[in-house]
Amino acid sequence: MIAEAGHYALVLALALALIQSTVPILGARLHDPALMNVARSTALAQLLFVAASFAALVTLHVTSDFSLVNVFENSHSQKPLIYKITGVWGNHEGSMLLWVSILALFGGLVAAFGNNLPLSLRAHVLAVQAWVASAFYLFILITSNPFLRIANPPIEGRDLNPVLQDIGLAVHPPMLYLGYVGFSISFSFAVAALIEGRIDAAWARWVRPWTLVAWIFLTLGIAMGSYWAYYELGWGGWWFWDPVENASLMPWLAGTALLHSAVVMEKRNALKVWTILLSILTFSLSLLGTFLVRSGVLTSVHAFATDPTRGVFILLILCIFIGGSLSLYAWRASALKQGGLFAPISREGALVLNNLFLTTACATVFIGTLYPLALEVLTGDKISVGAPFFNLTFAPLFLPLMIAVPFGPLLAWKRGDLLGAAQRLTAAGIAALIAIAVLWAWTRGGSAFAPLAIGLAVFVIAGALSDLAERTGLFRGPIGTAMRRARGLPRATWGTAFAHAGVGVALIGIVCETTWNSEYIGSMKPGDVADIAGYELKLDGVSQRQGPNFREMIGQFAVSLDGKPLSAMTPSKRNFTTRGSSTTEAALLTRGASQLYISLGDTNADGAIAVRIYHKPLVLLIWWGPVLMAFGGMLSLSDRRLRVGAPKPAKALRGLQAAE
Amino acid sequence: MKRIVAALVVAIGVAGLSPAYAVQPDEIMSDPAKESRARDLSRELRCMVCQNQSIDDSEAPLARDLRLLVRERIAAGDSDAQVIDFLVARYGEFVLLKPRLKPHTLLLWLLPPLALAGGGLALWIYNRRRSRSAASGDQSLSKLTAEEEARLERLIAAEPSAEGPA
Repeated sequence: MIAEAGHYALVLALALALIQSTVPILGARLHDPALMNVARSTALAQLLFVAASFAALVTLHVTSDFSLVNVFENSHSQKPLIYKITGVWGNHEGSMLLWVSILALFGGLVAAFGNNLPLSLRAHVLAVQAWVASAFYLFILITSNPFLRIANPPIEGRDLNPVLQDIGLAVHPPMLYLGYVGFSISFSFAVAALIEGRIDAAWARWVRPWTLVAWIFLTLGIAMGSYWAYYELGWGGWWFWDPVENASLMPWLAGTALLHSAVVMEKRNALKVWTILLSILTFSLSLLGTFLVRSGVLTSVHAFATDPTRGVFILLILCIFIGGSLSLYAWRASALKQGGLFAPISREGALVLNNLFLTTACATVFIGTLYPLALEVLTGDKISVGAPFFNLTFAPLFLPLMIAVPFGPLLAWKRGDLLGAAQRLTAAGIAALIAIAVLWAWTRGGSAFAPLAIGLAVFVIAGALSDLAERTGLFRGPIGTAMRRARGLPRATWGTAFAHAGVGVALIGIVCETTWNSEYIGSMKPGDVADIAGYELKLDGVSQRQGPNFREMIGQFAVSLDGKPLSAMTPSKRNFTTRGSSTTEAALLTRGASQLYISLGDTNADGAIAVRIYHKPLVLLIWWGPVLMAFGGMLSLSDRRLRVGAPKPAKALRGLQAAE
Repeated sequence: MKRIVAALVVAIGVAGLSPAYAVQPDEIMSDPAKESRARDLSRELRCMVCQNQSIDDSEAPLARDLRLLVRERIAAGDSDAQVIDFLVARYGEFVLLKPRLKPHTLLLWLLPPLALAGGGLALWIYNRRRSRSAASGDQSLSKLTAEEEARLERLIAAEPSAEGPA
């Protein structure tokens, strides 16, 4: 009954989406406010029905209704409750339902909070949103229906893939989808602007907060996924340049570029056409990611060819939306007026440079990911493009960008003074040189580039700080004045500083982890001691334990530093009986931003256990960086200037800005 | 992340997903210099039955065989290039995670720098054209719609005092 209700709710959502994709457009053509307002009510109703459908699937998973194919294949009655819930999106059908739920959520948010939008723009935006939604509802209902029943229900399910039975599944996919799908809003705004044929700085003001929300979630989602891989997979890797990871990185790179070009458009009314194109490209890359992940084309071109229904359907959606929006762009973009002139050396110029490098980086990832597929389809040659290729091509693109990052915020709009900016970055440059000198003197081993890269990261962080110091007049006047000015600074300025510093922080983590990582691989018996990076790890013993749906072997390690006992670590290896597979649960000991990492392998015939121990210096910075970036994004989002609804400009704030 | 996403993608029925880890204690060479060469080479070589994993990361039996083969060749005194050539001769270009520059990979290697150069060139041309058209001084802004005019009227009416100096 619940399954049928959920199924029906989804069909109703499709019907509503079809109304929403046509009636408001008609209303806009006829200048009929009542028809245009249909978009608002259908978007909200659609959200309601999709939410009901999603809730139905969650209920079925929680109650372990094995008469449903989806529940039978991905759940188990003994599975802990949290994984029964997260298991809903731990499979193809459920994750697609989550995808459309989030799409409907964003549509609903625009409908609910878009009161301030011009009526016809809102109607168009919601209509475009509904086109996307209709396509994906059809996709789910035709090829990936999660509500299908089994004629003879089994008594027990097949359980969820053990690797996915982790808190990471509760956080990573929803975050990632909030990011991916969130870019649909900027896409809808872009297409709506092209249909209406007009676009202005106000448009960028409406789009920027939505882009920022999506970007924040995507940043956190990618970082979370990376940390999940790091602790779950048992060898401490955190980024593999896997096509599926690249699929999430491409929208992030394009989205980051979009965020910056939207600033130019909002403040200076320039780069309009480019911003529209980026909005389209960013969501197109999200769709491409969905295609790559969901069609099975990555596993092999042949797997795709043997069961092409889903893949072809998404490919069709992909072609219609990307092709359609780009054709619309080609046709209408020339109608958009350009405004806001600027010299090459200016804040705008710096943001254009940022866009050039980010989009090239994005193109590089795109080429590296799709080239092997294209080559195989066209010529049958099989080649591999993996981490070594991306490291080699990506780094040269990112390093110049990083050098430019601190300059951007210090340049003035329209016409900047590069020399003046460089002067104001002297302190940051000196800090970087000191960091490089100290590292060269003190560290042994590793690549000669490592100290340089860390110096660059220090330059980025110190550059972000000196921008703040510059704006508050710190070191130039009394501290009280600086504090008052700091409070008066727009939050977006703080956000920029935090986000830019986050890039530097992440770079330090990446360089330290890859350069000075130490590892110990060996067989240990109880009583054996392993030495790594000054720590002694003694294997005290091995024990067995029965979990809810698994058995696990736990190793007890006593960690000491310089003979002083420090802590205990208990890595384990779990065997899941239903699927006959196992997972490693690594033990992590955090010391500052560094971590000790132990994972267990198989037991030998003589009772020794294979152990892998790592010391990863400053590894946590890799994820603190993105968290800082996301925090910067949130600060910027809370800036009242971005809240379009704010009806009255605060006089006090305006006075302070004038002093800026 | 790869294994997780792979699991998310395929979700069920994929053999060999049991996480163990790559290099086993019994594979390690006694000479640390040679072992570190073997590790570096392993990161460049693909485990052909896996999804884009290097043999250094993979726990598949084939990856283990390849790791042992790499160490065998190193122990026999091969240089890094010789080891790679040996593996390519045996398994084809597919084994390399960083494809060699050949006619069929030319585009792969050239497109990223071309994209950067092309983008830079486009910007330069655009900038020149802009500065020329700026000289002719045509700066037209899009006009407000009737709806926006009405809203502007309302906003101005709602603001009682005159704007202070900004």
